[in-house]
Amino acid sequence: MSSEAAYSSADYIRHHLTNMTFGQHADGHWGLAHSAQEAAEMGFWAFHLDSLGWSLGLAFVMFFFLRSVAKKAEAGIPSGAQNFAEWIIEFIDSSVRGSFTANNPLVAPMALTIFGWVFLMNFMDLIAVDFLPALAGQIGALFGADPHHVYMKIVPSTDPNITFGMALGVFWLMLYYSVKNKGLGGFLGELAFQPFGKWGLPVNLLLEGVTLISKPISLALRLFGNMYAGEMIFILIAIMYGAGLLLGSFAGILQLGWAIFHILIITLQAFIFMTLTIVYMDMAHQEHH
Amino acid sequence: MNINATLIGQAISFFVFVWFCMKYVWPPIMSALEERKTKIADGLAAAERGKHEQELAEKRAAEVLKEAKQQAAEIIAQAQKRSSEIIDESKEAARIEGDRIVTAANAEIEQEMNRAKEQLRSQVVSLSIAGASKVLAREIDAKAHDDLLKELAAQL
Repeated sequence: MSSEAAYSSADYIRHHLTNMTFGQHADGHWGLAHSAQEAAEMGFWAFHLDSLGWSLGLAFVMFFFLRSVAKKAEAGIPSGAQNFAEWIIEFIDSSVRGSFTANNPLVAPMALTIFGWVFLMNFMDLIAVDFLPALAGQIGALFGADPHHVYMKIVPSTDPNITFGMALGVFWLMLYYSVKNKGLGGFLGELAFQPFGKWGLPVNLLLEGVTLISKPISLALRLFGNMYAGEMIFILIAIMYGAGLLLGSFAGILQLGWAIFHILIITLQAFIFMTLTIVYMDMAHQEHH
Repeated sequence: MNINATLIGQAISFFVFVWFCMKYVWPPIMSALEERKTKIADGLAAAERGKHEQELAEKRAAEVLKEAKQQAAEIIAQAQKRSSEIIDESKEAARIEGDRIVTAANAEIEQEMNRAKEQLRSQVVSLSIAGASKVLAREIDAKAHDDLLKELAAQL
């Protein structure tokens, strides 16, 4: 990285924070963006191939494992893989039972999906920051692309699109079950006539509206912010490797410490996302809150 | 860091995976867990029942043992009683038999004695006669005094 004089630390960071974006170029043809600016100019109808690819890939891995366990699941003595899956599922099940009082067969599987998926996406943060992007650059170079313009962000949860995508999915389900359980009138009534009765309707609408909107936003931004900051620290530590032997070995210790600490963070963030989802779904099933 | 259609893609795949999980992953594993729970509960209940039955069987075995011991004691007591009875009976029988034998022997002895006496008497008579006849041969006719001698012999 810093061995090349033309390639500064700022470029390095920017390279690490740019997604592999597929969209419509300014001249009208579809293709990969070659710079952060090009990616920005593609507008809304563009896709982050790296985020989507890793996120889908991880979900496939997870569900391949879970499905293979589910197919062979039996009540006898469980095998190692089944034991592991049951351990996770019982943990999720007890979390759901603890916070979710209504009866909805969707909530527990959703909690499992969220916990496992978010955990795996966060887990990509523990893979050395340069390893997969550099590999992608080399592969890109084989196809004649400039490695410096091959972008690869391997941690999907550092992409706000991913976190907002999941949060909006949860939000949509929340609205759906709210309307389904309370009726459209009941749901709107909760927004309009609480907490100050019908004479405080504008204030109520403002308060409850903000409360409602803040749910998916806080869900998405909390995960994104934590993972983005964590990723940023890994990148900054990685820059130190280029700054001489002393700082480089110090960076090694730092990276180890941060990685160990990060194991806690990634699990915690996955757990928080799941728990909040369960709580929101519970609210959607309550007649009054 | 641009907000773009990635969001929609992620939201759609989120729904798909949640649906997949709800349909194909959660129910089989949960039912396996439930089934195991009931299996374990049944097993524990069966173990409890077995333990209870074992206790009952032990109690019953102890009762049977006690009864058997009692019966054995009764049988032994009866046997002892019976044996002493038999001993007494045989003692009595032996005594009677002994008495009988003694009486018979006594009677025989009496008979023998009488016979011997008779013989002796007749021998004494004939000896006395022989002696007397030798003495009297010289002076008395044996025939004349025969009656007298017979009378004498009857008096002996």
